[in-house]
Amino acid sequence: MSEPLVALRGLAVDFGGAPALRGIDLAVAPGEALGLVGESGCGKSVTWLAALGLLPGRARVTGSVRLGGEELLGAPPAVLDRVRGGRVAMIFQDPASSLNPVHRIGRQVAEALGLHGGLRGAVARAEARRLLDQVGIPDAGRRLDAYPHELSGGQSQRVMIAMALASRPELLVADEPTTALDVTIQAQILELLGALRRETGMALVLISHDLGVVAETCERVAVMYAGRIVEEAPVGRLFERPTHPYTQGLLGALPPLDGPRRPLAAIPGGVPEPGAMPPGCAFAPRCTQAEPACAAGVPEAVAVEPGHAAACLRATRDLVPA
Amino acid sequence: MLRFLGFRLLRAAVTIVLVVSFAFVVLRLSGDPAQIIMGADAPPEAIVAFRRAWGLEEPLWRQYLRYFGAIVSGDLGRSMRDGRDAIALVAERIPATLALTIPALLIKLGLGIPAGITAALHRNSLIDRAVMMLAVAGFTVPSFVLGLLLVLLFAVQLGWLPSGGQEGWRHAVLPIVTMGIGGAAVLARFTRSAMLEVLGQPYIRTASAKGVPWRAVVWGHALPNAAIPTVTIIGFMVGSLIAGAVVVESVFSWPGVGRLLVVAVANRDLAVVQCILLLVAATMVTANLVVDLLYGALDPRLRQRTA
Repeated sequence: MSEPLVALRGLAVDFGGAPALRGIDLAVAPGEALGLVGESGCGKSVTWLAALGLLPGRARVTGSVRLGGEELLGAPPAVLDRVRGGRVAMIFQDPASSLNPVHRIGRQVAEALGLHGGLRGAVARAEARRLLDQVGIPDAGRRLDAYPHELSGGQSQRVMIAMALASRPELLVADEPTTALDVTIQAQILELLGALRRETGMALVLISHDLGVVAETCERVAVMYAGRIVEEAPVGRLFERPTHPYTQGLLGALPPLDGPRRPLAAIPGGVPEPGAMPPGCAFAPRCTQAEPACAAGVPEAVAVEPGHAAACLRATRDLVPA
Repeated sequence: MLRFLGFRLLRAAVTIVLVVSFAFVVLRLSGDPAQIIMGADAPPEAIVAFRRAWGLEEPLWRQYLRYFGAIVSGDLGRSMRDGRDAIALVAERIPATLALTIPALLIKLGLGIPAGITAALHRNSLIDRAVMMLAVAGFTVPSFVLGLLLVLLFAVQLGWLPSGGQEGWRHAVLPIVTMGIGGAAVLARFTRSAMLEVLGQPYIRTASAKGVPWRAVVWGHALPNAAIPTVTIIGFMVGSLIAGAVVVESVFSWPGVGRLLVVAVANRDLAVVQCILLLVAATMVTANLVVDLLYGALDPRLRQRTA
């Protein structure tokens, strides 16, 4: 990989004794689209909220988050405010409640323009209008004066995207941007994100529990389980050769597009509670291929081949020599 | 908007009519003013004459109709005690009451709202716990107890301030503080929970995520939203500017509307009691009306629904 834009090293988050993240190593290259998948509660969102310093005060965050050469973890608020919505923008799952209900759309977009571009007044308004146009909001000029409750969910997410684009960010983190939307709108929003990435060259981190969404939009995927990354690979490779039993389980739970109908294979058991992590591999209790050694220690991520790593004892052992 | 206003005004009028009617019925049923004002050992013929003079021997429904007719024409009757016009009697007490309640309201707002916001912003910290402990104390101690405690400390022990009466500003300090503290406690708790509710909303995270400095998040994004529920309780406080001082005025022998009400009720001085109740109902209803209009100004969602 070329020099990464953002690099997370050993990022760990603790909510009063309950670990939510247990050492995340992840890098995002300029312009790339990275998918972050896993079940709800596995730490996908927490990873990026922690990276941008958006977690509540009681969360204890350790490790390192570097943007370019700059360390963000523990950086003073002024530095973080410049980065957030500046070089790194973020959009969220529930667009309707992510916009402030008492402020007009135009004002909320213009606020971002003022903070990061120094635009004010009529200039900011004209630019806000252009952004709303760019994200496909019809009648953008009039929509500037609308309040959030007058927009549909899909339109609200478009406004959130417009706001994120205000500073021409180098990275957009999209946290389940389509989960709250219905399927046709979902496709439109994903298409919009893809198109904007091609136009602007920004990198995209797409957080999703939906492998399909990620496969469509991203080049590389990281699979998370119980606060760790268990497998990381280019999208095509992951679907062809899933190595971690959890990834295999996730893919096995997807309905096949062709071939005969078969019952979907669910992964037995549930995600362990943060306060009650099993010793060793957190997935071992649910793993069909577990062996005694799995409980002995947390497996390190090992390269299965260049660009493909998995945190499983069997990952390299089962490799068929090429 | 006009329909909204018309509906609210109609509702306000109905509320006032109900209050006045209820007061009329309860007061007429709860004792004979002739007995109480003339005294238990008054000669029977004097009592009969008193009843006739005040129209008390008529059936209740006729008294009620006559009373309402008089109200509509602006006549609230005379005090049965000294024959003075009830409106004038009440009106001359209003400045004294406002001299306590308006400064007290300023203390409530000036102390309660900043305390609530500070507590919410430092949730679970030492500051939060201290503010909430004081608020719970101020909120649970009844005003007559607080008033007596303050008298004990500042009038009896320290001798800094007078314990009652109305001769100058020093006499007003203790009653104002007594009322201010209780109200500030209520407002602090209310503001804190409104702020906490708002600070947990996704749009606050959005504001931070787009790089808004925390101060500006609080002022520009959180406060305008937290103001919406807080306005309700402030409206209630404004509405009770006239009626809210009954207990405190009694404790500190302050000659305001509240004390007049206590005396008038004890004497079954019907016209005066009803005049005060009408005034209280009218201020309360007006304050509610203003709150309703403020909601619309603060919350665009309500504005659209009521338009």
